[in-house]
Amino acid sequence: MGKLDLRRIALALAAPVLAIVVALVITCLILLAAGSSVSGFLSTIFSVPAERNVINILNNASILYLSGLAAAIGFRMNLFNIGVEGQYQMAVFTAAVFAAQGWLPGPINVIVSIIVAMLVGAIWASIAGVLKVTRGVSEVISTIMLNAIAVSLTAYLLRKVGVSTGSNLATEEIPRDSWVGGIKLLSGAPNELLGLSVLAVLGGIGYAILLNRSKFGFALRATGTSASAAVASGIDVRRMVVVSLMISGAVAGLIGLPLLFGNSHSYGTTFQAGIGFAGIAVALLGRNNPIGIAFGALLFSYLTEQSNLLEINAQVSPDIVAISQGVIVLAVVIAYEVVRRYRNALEQRQVAAELSTSAPSEATPEATR
Amino acid sequence: MTMAPEELRPAGAPSAALVPRRRISIWVWLLVGLVLISAVRVLTGANEVDSAGTMRETVNASVPIALAALAGLWSERAGVVNIGLEGMMILGTIGAGYFGYWYGPWAGIVGAMVFGMIGAALHALATVYFGVDHIVSGVAINIIALGAAAFLADTWFSGLRGGGPTQSPPLDAPLSITLPGISDAMITLQDKHWFIISDLASLVAAVTTQLSSMTVLAVILIVGSALLLWRTGFGLRLRSCGESPVAAESLGVNVYRYKVIAVLTSGAIAGAGGAFIALVSSGIYQNGQTGGRGYIGLAAMIFGNWRPGGLVMGSVLFGYTDALQLRAGGEAVHALLILVAIILLGVAILQFRRGLKIAATTSLVIGVGFAVWFFTTDTVPADFTRMTPYVTTLLVLGLAAQRLRMPAADGLRYRRGQAG
Repeated sequence: MGKLDLRRIALALAAPVLAIVVALVITCLILLAAGSSVSGFLSTIFSVPAERNVINILNNASILYLSGLAAAIGFRMNLFNIGVEGQYQMAVFTAAVFAAQGWLPGPINVIVSIIVAMLVGAIWASIAGVLKVTRGVSEVISTIMLNAIAVSLTAYLLRKVGVSTGSNLATEEIPRDSWVGGIKLLSGAPNELLGLSVLAVLGGIGYAILLNRSKFGFALRATGTSASAAVASGIDVRRMVVVSLMISGAVAGLIGLPLLFGNSHSYGTTFQAGIGFAGIAVALLGRNNPIGIAFGALLFSYLTEQSNLLEINAQVSPDIVAISQGVIVLAVVIAYEVVRRYRNALEQRQVAAELSTSAPSEATPEATR
Repeated sequence: MTMAPEELRPAGAPSAALVPRRRISIWVWLLVGLVLISAVRVLTGANEVDSAGTMRETVNASVPIALAALAGLWSERAGVVNIGLEGMMILGTIGAGYFGYWYGPWAGIVGAMVFGMIGAALHALATVYFGVDHIVSGVAINIIALGAAAFLADTWFSGLRGGGPTQSPPLDAPLSITLPGISDAMITLQDKHWFIISDLASLVAAVTTQLSSMTVLAVILIVGSALLLWRTGFGLRLRSCGESPVAAESLGVNVYRYKVIAVLTSGAIAGAGGAFIALVSSGIYQNGQTGGRGYIGLAAMIFGNWRPGGLVMGSVLFGYTDALQLRAGGEAVHALLILVAIILLGVAILQFRRGLKIAATTSLVIGVGFAVWFFTTDTVPADFTRMTPYVTTLLVLGLAAQRLRMPAADGLRYRRGQAG
């Protein structure tokens, strides 16, 4: 059995490795076709990042990781929460406004703001959930619409409550005693790890426990695997849909917080956007596995950080990395499928071989389907 | 990852196939719409609600959405959910930018369609041959297309005069048509502000003044697709792949081939939609200029119940709210609030007569809310106008989703030989 397990691990790793190689090859082909420098691209991407870049990679990865977790909770239920983007925009805006009021002292203000952000994310996501279970509206479409509405709504509210500083319109600054300091991880780096990136670690652990060690997690996975079987075993699928979308939205509410409390201290027009969509890609890359998503987040964050050097070092547009990232996502799902088919064929052959030694007449590969 | 959208439908939702219902002609709907809008215009005095300018803007805003929706129709009728429409449109805009700049507008359109088909080929490869989940593949294609367009724009347009890393030099639009006599007469008639007649006149004026030849092309594509998909053997076989690929296979239809044809056509049409945005709407390529119209097109198609006539209605609705915000701003949109309130009251009455008490109450409450909003304010902030199409989509889907019927095998994984 030891040999088989080794093969199993090799097969599990084969897909992501294959995908990354394919993505690099395709990226290089595009660069060749566009007449850009392939060697410059490769040497820049694979150069060793400086210490301050390492911190940047970790910071961005922790944010991406939260986004990936949010998407993954939906995926486990076969729900496509495309609305992570809108949920975190709404949540971080509300949290910024709430924290800036300074109603509560220092750390308590932070904790309550985190809860507020999670609540807002959950409520925004629950709209899609309720529409799905009561009206049969596909969550894919409704969350896309809710994303667009969130963008307009936060823009409107920002105009109402925001204060203008130069070209940037932003909410009022959070009181200084509620700022969350950074963690000095590398002595040579001028920048620090965002304090609230610890939320990513907690989120990952919470996700693992929730899914694998709780009754709710079992119901969630059961519903995702087979809704009809879940119904038969007494799981209220409609309730599961709403609740899991709300949990997904609550996690999405955390995405903007490390930056809000550790860096920008206010929510403005320049606040980082687009993390929600990247999170979907990262969750797919990591197959909704808490450790896999971490790898995906680190990989995406690494590629983005390294791409900043492309323009200077190799005269290549950094956008090329977005192509690589997209291709990795597509390639990885295709690779998983290919590996799955290969494994099925392998198992079929094995069973057929075992059957043919005991009862040669009945052995057909079809019997194992 | 497997998807089973059917299983997640609410248990109480009636299967649409079992509910007999009268079909009301699209013309009746259009007429009712015209009367309502005309009445609102006369009552509120917001003449921009349906001026020729607004109407022309409506046509221009509707065409890319309708093309995206048509692209979605092709793909989903063959059973492939195409959320990558947005990406294919983005590829269309960059294709139109490059070929349009170097070889003229018609080459731009062809280039856009080819670029859209490249994205579609990826989608077909992933979903049809490898059985990848359709939404996953679509999301990936959107990421790739966004990156590819930004990268290519930087590579192609950076050195050009009038161009830059994120935009192309100005592009020539394809030929536009004006019928001089009719156009002027209709504008005069429109300015009289008569009930119904002036509204019709501005409609005619809109389609006889500077009508883009691409709009004509879009109409031909829509009508042609409707005929091809519903009146020919080819169309029947293609749709059978979306309803029951297993049955189609047992009748000798090459399901893979039909799905690939449908997805490629979808990509080409979405690319043409991108070309319209670049060449006709803006006269330039810019990063991010599709602005989510691929998604809106998808919503318009669902709104239109996966039918050509329906998707045109959906696209015009979205195009209209878009145009109104551009042309007339908050006050005209404000006039529409009362229209929404009236429509919702009508829906509530219909639902009540059908015995749907809860749905009727919901519609009534939302309708009254809109009426209150109308009577307590004078204008609608621009941010709210911007979200109108999205809120409309949500409302419409929320109110009508159970009457919609998507192709039975839409989005489901199919493998050759599955029937055994």
